[in-house]
Amino acid sequence: MSKPLKKVFSKGNEAIAMAAINAGCHYYFGYPITPQNEIPEYMAEHLPAVGGEFLQAESEIASINMLLGAAATGVRVMTSSSGPGISLMQEGFSYFAGNELPAVVVNMSRQGPGLGGINATQGDYFQSVKGGGHGDYKLIVLAPHTGQELYDLTIKAFELAEKYRMLTLVLGDAILGQIKEPITPWVPEKTSGGDDRDWLITGAKGRPPRRITSLFLADGEMEKHNWHLQEKYARLERDDVMVEDRDTADAKLVVVAFGSVARIVKSAIDQARAAGMKVGLVRPITLFPFPRKLLGELGGNCKNFLVAEMNTGQMVEDVKLALPGDCTVDFYGRPGGSVPTPEDLYEVISATYSKHKL
Amino acid sequence: MKQVFKRPESMTDKPFHFCPGCHHGIVHRLVAEALDHFNLREKTIGVASVGCSVFLYDYFAVDVIEAPHGRAAAVAAGTKRVLGDNIVFTYQGDGDLAAIGTAEVIHAANRGDNITVIFVNNSIYGMTGGQMAPTTLLGQRSTTSPYGRDNLRDGYPIKMTEMLAALEGPSLVSRVAVNTPGNVKKARKVIRQAFQMQIEGKGFSFVEVLSTCPTNWGMSPQKANERIAEEMIPYFPLGTLKQRDVVDVL
Ligand SMILES: Cc1ncc(C[n+]2csc(CCOP(=O)(O)OP(=O)(O)O)c2C)c(N)n1
Ligand code: SF4
Ligand SMILES: [Mg+2]
Repeated sequence: MSKPLKKVFSKGNEAIAMAAINAGCHYYFGYPITPQNEIPEYMAEHLPAVGGEFLQAESEIASINMLLGAAATGVRVMTSSSGPGISLMQEGFSYFAGNELPAVVVNMSRQGPGLGGINATQGDYFQSVKGGGHGDYKLIVLAPHTGQELYDLTIKAFELAEKYRMLTLVLGDAILGQIKEPITPWVPEKTSGGDDRDWLITGAKGRPPRRITSLFLADGEMEKHNWHLQEKYARLERDDVMVEDRDTADAKLVVVAFGSVARIVKSAIDQARAAGMKVGLVRPITLFPFPRKLLGELGGNCKNFLVAEMNTGQMVEDVKLALPGDCTVDFYGRPGGSVPTPEDLYEVISATYSKHKL
Repeated sequence: MKQVFKRPESMTDKPFHFCPGCHHGIVHRLVAEALDHFNLREKTIGVASVGCSVFLYDYFAVDVIEAPHGRAAAVAAGTKRVLGDNIVFTYQGDGDLAAIGTAEVIHAANRGDNITVIFVNNSIYGMTGGQMAPTTLLGQRSTTSPYGRDNLRDGYPIKMTEMLAALEGPSLVSRVAVNTPGNVKKARKVIRQAFQMQIEGKGFSFVEVLSTCPTNWGMSPQKANERIAEEMIPYFPLGTLKQRDVVDVL
């Protein structure tokens, strides 16, 4: 953290917008959708003052492609949306991956499928971490769980996007977007990826022309490109996994949860600890790359895991794949937009604890 | 000896992959000539679309971004918002612009985005092997209208130039052809005007070029050229439908 600013009281959506501008993102393209409208509204109000530009697109298909055209010039750019809009962007995500362009997209997810509802959900986990568009690609997926983290990870999102020339998705939900919390904004030292990158599209002045393409027709080129992308994803897993590991050292039961659910789980775990149960939390902050290594190591000592999500169990398979085969994995999920209370989660934790006679 | 004809500087020396008699090559050249005319090569960014012209970057000696099918106008809008002093153009086929990308081009035009759109209308999906396009003429056979386009089922060929001319945003909306030397000369002039509009910051300029696809029309290059005059121009009349005030210095 380089330059802390005055503490403010702000909605999560505003925290993201503020962070983006302070990170040097001066171009935003987007289309309205609840529950993230404060992001475009903040951008529309504040970007002119920094010499930037807000543009309301005619659709999310247009926003993601405007983002692509702007990202190709090397500036920091962002768009945001929710469920249906993010679905429309999937072709664009795939092109970002193929073209290796950096940018940030925020999904303040809402319930689905279909028009669904506007309440909090985590039903877009698969779409975020397993692809969603066509082809063999990944996004960097960040899952904040507080207002401050929304701010911090938005800045991190730009840095990771540039480091790997990838799209970074910040995955939040209606609770995180709407909740008002005290936030300490800050300005990072680096607010640009730099003008010296050899792929920037700026006009071929005094240098050979450049191209941004994802079309590889020559013999072997496509396969080579795909292996190159995989190499980046492997580097991400090696160097940039982020995870919160809390109270796991002596834990007999470890809860795995991300985003707003993880926050509620924390209160439930405090209650469980007070009642004498040895319960810990693993909170993946990067959903891709997933903290496989940490879970694998934990599974050597602790044999019982509980995954809690606001969906029907999408993260469960990643947890199971990461753990040794002799671990049990229970699941608690609420896919309908009703948010579990700390008491709900406490009940589930203690039921799981006694079920396995811990 | 004085050289009287040479490759425009804005073109590379790579031989075109287009089929014999295809007009894409002529249109490429006219665009490159316009860039040379205003000395724009080093500040131009081309946006390639998906169609037979996807290899724009092989033939133009300028920076090129390849857009997803239909999205070139949105990509160009994003680029131009950042690089306001550069020249940004898209080059799109009729499937790309008038079917899957209709929304993007209409809204770029309506916003008056200061870009230039070159729209190559050959009344067919060339790259994918001759399927019906929104511009396919009534009765025209294609691989997906094997009995001829039927207006009761498929609607009528879409007139993008007329549609876009109805909007407030564009500075120039024109339809040209390159089937005769005379028409090539006129097209050259209009394409120049389109880039001049952008240079002067007058906003969205659009040139539709009626174009051949001898391969998928199943015609010789000469027959295809004749078809432009006999069938396409009568339905898609040539001319400039909209032009913001600009002194005609060209
Ligand atoms: C989303 C998507 N749908 C379909 C295609 C397949 N496709 C490639 S080019 C093309 C049509 C090209 O026709 P046109 O734009 O008229 O260009 P031409 O080749 O005739 O110059 C289609 C349908 C694609 N690449 N992407
Ligand atoms: S298929 Fe048609 S449009 Fe494509 S290069 Fe051949 S003649 Fe031209
Ligand atoms: Mg065509």
